[in-house]
Amino acid sequence: MADAPKLVNLTVDGKAITAPAGTLLIDACKNAGIEIPSFCYYPGLSVQGACRMCLVKIEKMPKLQTSCTTVVGEGMVVTTENDEIHQARKSMLELVLANHPLDCPVCDAGGQCELQDMTFTYGAAESKFVDIKNHRDEQQWSPVVYFDRPRCILCYRCVRVCGEGMDVWALGIQQRGVSSVIAPNMEDHLECEECGMCIDICPVGALTSGAYRYKTRPWEMNHVATVCTHCGDGCVTTLGVRRSDTGMEIMRGDNRDKSGINGDFLCIKGRYAFDFSKEPERITVPLIRRNSKLEPATWEAAFELIASKLKEVRDRDGGQAIGVIGSNRTTNEENYLLQKFARLVLATNNIDHHRTADYPGFVSALAGTQNMTASMRDVASAPAILLIGNDPTEQHPLLAWQIRNNVRLNKARLYTVNSNQIKLRRQSTVFHLISAGSEGAFAQFLVGNDSAASSVGDPQALNSLRDKLRGEQGLVIAFGSEIRGEHIKPLVQFAQSVGAKLICLGDYANSRGAADMGLYPDLLPGYYPVSQLTGSKDEDWMGKAPKQPGLTLQEMFSAAAGGRLRALYVVGSNPVARYNLDPFALKNTFTVVQDMFLTETATLADVVLPAANAYEKGGTFTNTCGDLQRLQKAGDVTTVKSDFEIIVRIANAMGYDVHGLVPFAPGLRADMGQTRGAESGEADRHKVWLTRQGIEPKLSPFDPLALLDEIQRLVPGYEVSRLNLMAGNDQHTQVPDIGSGELPSHPELIVPSEDTLFTSGTLGRYSKTLNSVMENDRAVPEDAGIPAD
Amino acid sequence: MADLVSHPAEVKVVSKRFGKGAANIDRYLELDGYKAVQKALGMDPDAIINEVKTSALRGRGGAGFATGMKWSFVPKQSAKPKYVLCNGDESEPGTCKDRLILEHDPHSVIEGVMIAGLAIGARIGYIYIRGEYRYLSVIMEKAIADAYARGFLGKNIFGSGRDFDVYWHGGAGAYEVGEESALMESLEGKRGIPRIKPPFPAVVGLFGGPTVINNVETLASVPPIILQGGEWFASLGTPKNGGTRLYCLNGHINNPGVYELPVGFNLLRMINEVGGGIWKGRKLKAVTPGGSSCPILKAEECDIAMDFDTLMKAGSMLGSGGVVILDDQTCMVKYALRTIKFYQHESCGWCIPCREGTDWLKKSLTRFHAGAGLKKDIDNIQYLAENMLGRTFCALGDAAAMPTISIVKKFRNEFEDHLEGRPCPYDPEAVTQQLPVLAGAH
Ligand SMILES: Cc1cc2nc3c(=O)[nH]c(=O)nc-3n(C[C@H](O)[C@H](O)[C@H](O)COP(=O)(O)O)c2cc1C
Ligand code: SF4
Ligand code: SF4
Ligand code: SF4
Ligand code: FES
Repeated sequence: MADAPKLVNLTVDGKAITAPAGTLLIDACKNAGIEIPSFCYYPGLSVQGACRMCLVKIEKMPKLQTSCTTVVGEGMVVTTENDEIHQARKSMLELVLANHPLDCPVCDAGGQCELQDMTFTYGAAESKFVDIKNHRDEQQWSPVVYFDRPRCILCYRCVRVCGEGMDVWALGIQQRGVSSVIAPNMEDHLECEECGMCIDICPVGALTSGAYRYKTRPWEMNHVATVCTHCGDGCVTTLGVRRSDTGMEIMRGDNRDKSGINGDFLCIKGRYAFDFSKEPERITVPLIRRNSKLEPATWEAAFELIASKLKEVRDRDGGQAIGVIGSNRTTNEENYLLQKFARLVLATNNIDHHRTADYPGFVSALAGTQNMTASMRDVASAPAILLIGNDPTEQHPLLAWQIRNNVRLNKARLYTVNSNQIKLRRQSTVFHLISAGSEGAFAQFLVGNDSAASSVGDPQALNSLRDKLRGEQGLVIAFGSEIRGEHIKPLVQFAQSVGAKLICLGDYANSRGAADMGLYPDLLPGYYPVSQLTGSKDEDWMGKAPKQPGLTLQEMFSAAAGGRLRALYVVGSNPVARYNLDPFALKNTFTVVQDMFLTETATLADVVLPAANAYEKGGTFTNTCGDLQRLQKAGDVTTVKSDFEIIVRIANAMGYDVHGLVPFAPGLRADMGQTRGAESGEADRHKVWLTRQGIEPKLSPFDPLALLDEIQRLVPGYEVSRLNLMAGNDQHTQVPDIGSGELPSHPELIVPSEDTLFTSGTLGRYSKTLNSVMENDRAVPEDAGIPAD
Repeated sequence: MADLVSHPAEVKVVSKRFGKGAANIDRYLELDGYKAVQKALGMDPDAIINEVKTSALRGRGGAGFATGMKWSFVPKQSAKPKYVLCNGDESEPGTCKDRLILEHDPHSVIEGVMIAGLAIGARIGYIYIRGEYRYLSVIMEKAIADAYARGFLGKNIFGSGRDFDVYWHGGAGAYEVGEESALMESLEGKRGIPRIKPPFPAVVGLFGGPTVINNVETLASVPPIILQGGEWFASLGTPKNGGTRLYCLNGHINNPGVYELPVGFNLLRMINEVGGGIWKGRKLKAVTPGGSSCPILKAEECDIAMDFDTLMKAGSMLGSGGVVILDDQTCMVKYALRTIKFYQHESCGWCIPCREGTDWLKKSLTRFHAGAGLKKDIDNIQYLAENMLGRTFCALGDAAAMPTISIVKKFRNEFEDHLEGRPCPYDPEAVTQQLPVLAGAH
């Protein structure tokens, strides 16, 4: 590790401060609590010196100097505010406002505009100019990006974030002088990643989003920081939410306050693809099959039917005749509850989910080690990264962002081993192209199995790569689902030998959580094998959990086809499409599906229940790195219910004591705001039911966080700081140390989502924004299945 | 091609081969061509730099920085290649001297570039020629090819065992790329936008390598210094202002043209003797002494030595040597407008004060001169220009602000004469606009 840089002493506004050598004056001041105004300066992007707002007086320099381009110097004496500086800034504002349309009353940025704020600070609101302003018409560059030149102050932030930050370089500057104009790469439109970073970074309202523009004002919304529901990276997205006739409407997503692991980064999905929630095709009432048609029904009727059928099958054929399929997009609490429901209420271990990574294999390989997983934050600061398989630019956009920034800002070394010319090769110190399917052999080679090299590529290049990797300290190794089963172990061994940390990449927002929470036929939460349930472990499950491993997802379908599976409960999953299963298998199986849309699986069901999505509920998600984060409910949508509530209600209708499922009681209450939904009439709905059950209405069994205590107690690695978690901080969980032995992992069941930047399983199919951008149809592998889950 | 003028007061150093066909390499050789570089090949780099320091040669591009000093800033050791850059972007209104050198004596520029290269340890030189000077690039291309053909350029120059390459590069029509760092951006194929300084070109310049950038005339002055000595050159001018300059006398005089005169030559003499006096029997009103960006001098301020330091003391600049002489029939509002039109058009647009400031100055002055001026405009124009000065990203903003400030200050009465619908006293036809009808505009 390099030595910490030397400290420099300087005086700012009479205050002695220190800063590491090489720090920009503007940053040194900010760290010392002295804010210097700026437009063009943006931390992490190259410096421009263009807006001249950050001018300060430095002793011995005749002219005012830009603090964003000046590096701190020993003994420097700086004044950041005096009459001359004030006047300089004021006149800068007067000039930039001279051509500004001043349409604040209708501008999207009004109320959160840096130019407005600055104008108030410097009192430059009165114009000295009487001449006519320059005008240009607004342009639409893509379904999501609009540009209004008159509002642009030419700070070039958009150009830089697109180029330097995203490595897309789709924006540039055309013309010169007062005719200068930001321009898109395709002359009159954009072809890019459509991430919208340019829009969010724009200090004014020059770039606006097609999804949000002119719909509302910042102060008319609630701003709720929650976790993106798409890929497995776990970006915090701050949703702007307004009340509507259906309860609430999400108006926009951004992360301007840089809360969370992603800073201000969001890809197109986190920023715009919340729109599936208001798709007209969304199911809003329970549907029951009558005369082979799905017809609207009441929740009560649906619960009654489901409860009686499940009870009937359980009591007649035993739990092994019932199957449960969980979701990669439901919360940890819901997943935990679902497996608990399956095991204790339905008395079955037939529970599984769509697997996108070999987490049990990962946990097995890590047995006997400690602290060997890396967090998403580590990726942004590690001195070196080894990436094997996967294409993060498409599948893990945040991971790709972290890697790019680390390479660009910290000169981190990226070693990439891939069977495709993935885009991150541009950041790679070493890019090694291998033949598809030889990722595992590469892992073997890393631990000294030289004969494995022959199938991977040029031995000389491989040797030199391995030598370099052996010399890296603080390496982070991220690997895609290409590495699974037996191949994970050598990788862990290599990591151990160099002190590296690992990330096992899985798709979807909570696939890691689904695995950690035991959506497996043979593993309980925390990867505890059902076959080993004895003693106190058994007591954790009240001695009632079945100890025979159950059926995997595919086995369930075979059992259904063979008439042995009589009931199937599918929560937020579309196995029929994803695994390309025979729809007729379910002909004689009573099937319940909880979803937002009539998916290929839902259309086969006997009962379909309209579920809330991740933006409509609280709870926690675990991202692909194992970072645990809190979800906050943006608001309630009338007529749908969270998966959590639905499960509790079914258990209740089956006559199960709900206290045994969700340990809610006075004192356990974590967050009162969670399910009350005071804004939408939810409160009454709950209160009526709760009162009928003789339950004190303030302590809700529908509160996912009521389960968090139990999860934290029973799932090793989840004993993180509750306070931090509740405060919205990401908390890295470690994988449980299983000591010795192998966990059943079924690598053959792993099916990657094959999502691109512009697809996102089922949700993506119902996102107008994702479908409207022209880049949407690019790069989908030919053999990719139907996007599902 | 421009007609040549001459006057007995001239001291011909840089212009000594003008009109003698020296673009032809044989002719150039007959006239002492390529002797200086051969001498320099035998000199220690430090000795070359010292000779140039002794000569008190100061940059002819505008800023007047001491050339020897500039060269000495280049680090001796460098991991990246070093470069010599010749700035032939000459676009400052009133300035038209580099084109004569490039036309009549291109080899002297090549030779100057080579000597600078030997001094700083560079092996590559670029000659950047203003886009509109296309005919000069044809001449330069031939001159470079001829020098290669003779073995003066390329591998093993003059059999010395050393290599030196020279390339010319054409501009694309922007005054701003005359600014040294914008020129390097342009040469690298990017938009002509200046760079943040520091680092200065001497340390991080073209393609990231240490770079010396000099004006055409500066470099053309180098071979005579090497041949005849720094002391001789220094003695031609005034202290710290060595040598001669090509003064471009233009505007309202009888004999406009480019004259080579010792640095420090008296301005009034320049106008009356060398330039043949004000035309049409009129009187002198004002002079812009060093290209359009310099603060203006009123007639009574013109009895002054034309060197960097004296003009600086008088609140103006020697700049690039473009002497713009205005007679007493000149409308100063129109002159201010004409000047600002140029800078508004040429602003690269990178920074707020220059981009917006020049545009609003142009708008205000256009309206003002057209008869729709308001009283508060005079102060506003002054206010705008003063708030640009010293706060822009590069010196173009200053170049626009300085003349404006000085014109408003020194000729405020002429602005007042234009006020409120009154016709321009010098050109009544110019009134085309009505007063803007705006609430509170007065
Ligand atoms: C806006 C602007 C335009 C300039 N244009 C020219 C030019 O056309 N030719 C030139 O030699 N120097 C020009 N300069 C000056 C150069 O930046 C630089 O100082 C000069 O080339 C250095 O050479 P010298 O030391 O030999 O004068 C310009 C400067 C500015 C700020
Ligand atoms: S569009 Fe916005 S971000 Fe881009 S240059 Fe203009 S003001 Fe800056
Ligand atoms: S990178 Fe992943 S988590 Fe982040 S916004 Fe995109 S889809 Fe959501
Ligand atoms: S002062 Fe600013 S806008 Fe003007 S030319 Fe220089 S950098 Fe460009
Ligand atoms: S913030 Fe320093 S010039 Fe814009």
